[in-house]
Amino acid sequence: MPKIIVEIMPKQDLLDPQGKAVANALHRSGHNEITNVRIGKRIELHFDRAITQGDLDAAKEIASSFLSNDVIEDVVAITKED
Amino acid sequence: MKIGVITYPGTLDDRDAQRAVRLAGGTPVPLWHADDSLKGVDAVVLPGGFSYGDYLRCGAIAAKAPATQEVVRLAKQGLPVLGICNGFQVLVESHLLPGGLIRNEHQHFICRDQKLIVENNKTAWTNLFEEGQEITIPLKNGEGGYIASDETLKMLEAENRVVFRYSEVNPNGSMNDIAGLTNERGNVVGLMPHPEHAVEPGFGPDTEIAMRSGVDGLKFFQSVLKALVNA
Repeated sequence: MPKIIVEIMPKQDLLDPQGKAVANALHRSGHNEITNVRIGKRIELHFDRAITQGDLDAAKEIASSFLSNDVIEDVVAITKED
Repeated sequence: MKIGVITYPGTLDDRDAQRAVRLAGGTPVPLWHADDSLKGVDAVVLPGGFSYGDYLRCGAIAAKAPATQEVVRLAKQGLPVLGICNGFQVLVESHLLPGGLIRNEHQHFICRDQKLIVENNKTAWTNLFEEGQEITIPLKNGEGGYIASDETLKMLEAENRVVFRYSEVNPNGSMNDIAGLTNERGNVVGLMPHPEHAVEPGFGPDTEIAMRSGVDGLKFFQSVLKALVNA
């Protein structure tokens, strides 16, 4: 199934409480080699036909205006999977 | 005066907001998120809760609701709008107010009677307060940390658009102790604390005079009625 994948991460300089909690738990279970954990979102947009350049442009617009909030998050990747 | 209160799926405090409007002397009008008409109300309250289960980001999906789109359109023409807690998040996500709200510092959900300083008493929702007045309003949220770019913070401070600041303690890590904001025109106000929970003796925060006697929240709703009469 063709899909566009939008990946969103909390901004680098913002505290990511989920990531911090997971990192603490990993350290408790002995994984001290992991220095930091950050958790973001992967959003899939599904299509029942081949994805066009127009779809990708639209996805880019949707990603920045609705799927993410640029005050607190960055869109790190928009990729297509056939 | 008719004051609309929008209910989204997941809203919690719509009935309390309606009751606050009634106690202040207004007529509450329940509004539904999927309606694109605001039924000709004179002002709108976006109440607290967890609209759409806080999916995507707090307030993000509610910002796209037909009723919210109508609020955005009419707010630009001067309609008084008050966003409380999740309602504040909706105002930020609809770009009626700048910045963003993130998970509280220390990651705790906070529920307490919170002291605030009224920094701006020129808005539609604060004209009955004194500038610099200390008030006590219940605060209850998990994602109330206000953040904005340095540029936006400077602009907000320079234009006196910080309406409320946390006093004594900053409960959630908000930048510049910001608890509430207004837009350029002063008709749109958003804040994290809940004025609708401090409107009736016996049910409000504790005061030095008696337990649960705090009614500082009532002035929000009386202020907008006064603003509407004078308009």
